[in-house]
Amino acid sequence: MDFLRPSTLDEALAMKAEFPDAVPIAGGTDVMVELNFDVRRPPALLDLGLVTELSGWTRENGHVRLGATVPYTRIVTELGDVLPGLAMAARTVGSPQIRNRGTVGGNLGSASPAGDAHPPLVAVGADIEVASTRGSRTVPAREFFTAPKKSALEPDELIVAIQVPEAAGPQQFAKVGTRNAMVIAVCSFAVTLDVAGKGVGTGIGSAGPTPLRALEAERFAAAELPWGSGEPLQENIVRAFGELVGAAARPIDDVRGTAAYRRHALSVLARRTLGWAWRSVPQEVAK
Amino acid sequence: MTTTTQQPLITNVTGGVGDSPMRPDGAQKTRGEFAYSSDLWADDMLWGATLRSPHPYARVKGLDITEALKLPGVHAVLTHEDVPDNIYGLEHPDQPVLAVDIVRYQGEPVAIVAADHPETARRAADRIVVDYEVLTPVTDAEAAMRPDAPVLHPAHEGGNIVRHAPIRFGEENPVADVVVTGEYTVGMQDQAFLGPESGLAVPAEDGGVDLYIATQWLHADQRQLTKALAMPEDKVRLHLAGVGGAFGAREDLSMQVHACLLALHTRKPVKIVYGREESFFGHVHRHPALMRYEHGATRDGDLVYVKAEIILDGGAYASTTAAVTGNAATLGAGPYRVPNVRIDGYGVYTNNPPCGAMRGFGAVQACFAYESQMDKLAAALDMDPVDLRIRNAAERGTVMPTGQVIDSPAPVAELLELVRAKPLPAIPTGPRDLRELPGGVSNTTHGEGVVRGVGYGVGIKNVGFSEGFDDYSTARVRLEVIAGEPVVSVHTAAAEVGQGLVTLKAQIARTELGVQRVQIQPSNTFVGSAGSSSASRQSYVTGGAVRAACEEVRAGVLELAAARGFAATGLAGGKVVSATNEVLADLVDVLGDEVVERTVEWRHRPTAPLDPVTGQGFAHVQYAFAAHRAVVDVDVELGLVRVVELACAQDVGRAMNPDAVLGQIQGGSAQGLGLAVMEEIQVVDGVVRNPSFTDYLIPTVLDMPPMTIDVLERADPHAPYGLRGVGEPPTLSSTPAIAAAIRAATGLALSRVPVRPEHIVGA
Ligand SMILES: Cc1cc2nc3c(=O)[nH]c(=O)nc-3n(C[C@H](O)[C@H](O)[C@H](O)COP(=O)(O)OP(=O)(O)OC[C@H]3O[C@@H](n4cnc5c(N)ncnc54)[C@H](O)[C@@H]3O)c2cc1C
Repeated sequence: MDFLRPSTLDEALAMKAEFPDAVPIAGGTDVMVELNFDVRRPPALLDLGLVTELSGWTRENGHVRLGATVPYTRIVTELGDVLPGLAMAARTVGSPQIRNRGTVGGNLGSASPAGDAHPPLVAVGADIEVASTRGSRTVPAREFFTAPKKSALEPDELIVAIQVPEAAGPQQFAKVGTRNAMVIAVCSFAVTLDVAGKGVGTGIGSAGPTPLRALEAERFAAAELPWGSGEPLQENIVRAFGELVGAAARPIDDVRGTAAYRRHALSVLARRTLGWAWRSVPQEVAK
Repeated sequence: MTTTTQQPLITNVTGGVGDSPMRPDGAQKTRGEFAYSSDLWADDMLWGATLRSPHPYARVKGLDITEALKLPGVHAVLTHEDVPDNIYGLEHPDQPVLAVDIVRYQGEPVAIVAADHPETARRAADRIVVDYEVLTPVTDAEAAMRPDAPVLHPAHEGGNIVRHAPIRFGEENPVADVVVTGEYTVGMQDQAFLGPESGLAVPAEDGGVDLYIATQWLHADQRQLTKALAMPEDKVRLHLAGVGGAFGAREDLSMQVHACLLALHTRKPVKIVYGREESFFGHVHRHPALMRYEHGATRDGDLVYVKAEIILDGGAYASTTAAVTGNAATLGAGPYRVPNVRIDGYGVYTNNPPCGAMRGFGAVQACFAYESQMDKLAAALDMDPVDLRIRNAAERGTVMPTGQVIDSPAPVAELLELVRAKPLPAIPTGPRDLRELPGGVSNTTHGEGVVRGVGYGVGIKNVGFSEGFDDYSTARVRLEVIAGEPVVSVHTAAAEVGQGLVTLKAQIARTELGVQRVQIQPSNTFVGSAGSSSASRQSYVTGGAVRAACEEVRAGVLELAAARGFAATGLAGGKVVSATNEVLADLVDVLGDEVVERTVEWRHRPTAPLDPVTGQGFAHVQYAFAAHRAVVDVDVELGLVRVVELACAQDVGRAMNPDAVLGQIQGGSAQGLGLAVMEEIQVVDGVVRNPSFTDYLIPTVLDMPPMTIDVLERADPHAPYGLRGVGEPPTLSSTPAIAAAIRAATGLALSRVPVRPEHIVGA
């Protein structure tokens, strides 16, 4: 197996164009598991570790441009204020060791329906910046995932960055697993509130072939939330929101849980996270 | 030597029995420097790989190794035709080293390969073509017992029933005021040790083989190896390599015969290391159980009878199923005084993964059922569940359902009182750290839906091998002067599997011989058998053997002293001393150039087989007891559980190494917690669905709560130092205590462990 070590993005893209079968490796927390389990035997690994263009983040025009190889630990410690939803999701990933290595670029690259970074990206409407020697393009996170472990990424493309809108209000993320740490999601849910724009975003993880959006739940909540009133949420609104989220899921029975449980749990998570988000809407804005 | 300096004795020997000296492997293990069996290395070695059946049940109609042999780098591809004597087994020889014409479980070894690189070996194994005729697997243990079920081992008498262990005690049809019944199931737990099966076989010039191996019992491996390889004992030598956990999973053979065959065939050292996924197919698991219980009691809460049927799914091969069944049956009524008992334990062949030894060994499954029943009975009687247990608690003198009288302390009631008396952890108010809540950092609740529950459990476990087994250990102890200092050397074949036996052997030698410096020789088959590192038995049996050998060495030294004119009666602080503890001479002077070495084979008092019809007999050498109180927080809307606290009280007879005792109680309780809420190998139609640590979950530090532990030391007069085996009892009672606490929080019946979120929310 060859080990390719580009030191610039251009070099990396050239290598990817020349060897489309080369598997990019960022933190390696998915790639190495697959190699160990003999799930794949790639002819080459393309190490992104030296490509500095991928390893930082900047704030520009109300977005954070998050480099593909920024590890979760940095997201938790550096971006908790501007990207609270993503930072909360990052906090739930694996163990400290995994968070030190694992990246959002890798999460997207794997495109597992259970990837924890996906629901907050879908909820907030992030864009994924991908590039090849042919040029670059952005793919909305909401369109990036095409099937379990399949994405819109072309064989010669690399994920360069994720453009995540800065939080326009409270965000929440919650995930159910059968252990209290280091667990793959049985199902997960992200919600974002855009307080000024009176908008609600949702993302469902691990309860469908791809991360999903609960569109009807979003529309319902946007219309029914008592924006600007400073009022607490009515129980019937929270319940209806939960039910709409549960209904939007397309879960299956598998080794981690049943479809029925996932739907049920998503409703509960949706109710709770909406409640927490609403309660932390800044009072000045609300009134 | 005639001058005696009359000086008072200063015992400057530390780290004896009752102390907690540092374990020699401790720092290495925490630093990641300890050499495990998977780290073994020899120049010029080959790597072995195993081709396994993908089917739980199939006829093997053809096997073609041609393409595998063609791969460059491959040195050997072996099948059953290359095995001198193909059938082996720990208790019953019923398992092929390599499958012949039938495979009986998913993962059964079919062929083995040696190549110059592990990847080459795996690729070669992939090139072997096996023609399978897939058969319908027998996967329901109860159905497998029926007369019309396909017979999986025609040579075995009794159809698919490996063993029926009946217990008949007291009246046949007792009548009770209050009766509760229940049906309980236990899922298939895995030992989940971290160091996968691995070893290195090195062919020797004498035509024999040296096997460096992580195992629990070198001599049992050797016995099975000499048979399979058709070689004499002196040609098959075993050396214990670094063991990364065992918990029963290393009692049966895994890659031992395979590595030796390949080494003998290629005349090169051969290393085999299983990967994590392969490991799930490389060892036996805990028997899943289906248990039907009926308890009868007087209105006042005195137990009148226990009736039970316990069906243990042994999977494809017998392994230790017979002994596990015996344990489940003989201990199936629990640590209680029960005048009338009727239990039928069954161990059954199916096409599920083979099951055998795991910490608790049959007593775990039964404990979940009888403790669940005690709670149910308490509810039916409107009694406090701890009061009910205490009222019926076994004690010294209690007659067990086997007719055996408990003839040493059995402080069951006291253990329960101790855990009950612990102050309950406060229910926090105000904002909480996510890590304290069900779901942990996954942020599923900030307190919503969280209900607290408290539950209790107490269990009984036998220590040592039972039912008439000739259970012994061998120790060779040597005392000599090295560089002007007395030094003891202890040699046994006992497997250090992480439990701390290496430390303990040195402690015993220090105490018995009054010598500070003790060298522990590597464990190997150059000394007699130590028996298995299982059944909570090594402190008792190998500890007993080391003590006995030390006593003989001491006698030898005292003879030497007498010959030199000292009327010495003991050894202490590196001196020979008189009956009044006066120092008579330096040990160094008494020994001079003499080496005093003694080898002792030591047995505990014999046990007896059970009567095959009534199940009566003096089956167990020692009983051990632990009790738990579990406090849990359950998110009743999501079905997520956080165990808030575990309190444990255990009688250990004598805390030989108090720190190690606490470690065993913590670890055993954690394994019981795993069975209560998460650990299960999921098997569907004979196929394992979660052979990885991604989906076979074991508790993390955020799942295992702080513990409060009470250690009682009520000496067993029959045991060395009065000690009682420690390793297994805490694994028994933590599971039912946690299940009971979840029931208390949810009001649900919950008759199955592990309890899954679906069971709690009913989705
Ligand atoms: C013990 C453990 C626990 C885990 N727990 C969680 C968890 O709780 N939640 C969760 O979501 N995941 C979890 N994971 C999975 C994994 O950590 C995440 O998916 C992580 O985000 C992967 O990032 P990485 O940088 O390590 O990716 P890598 O393993 O390096 O790569 C993953 C995939 O993405 C591709 N890739 C990487 N970077 C790029 C790029 N820039 N452009 C194109 N393709 C790219 C790779 O080729 C590969 O296919 C866990 C893994 C382990 C081993």
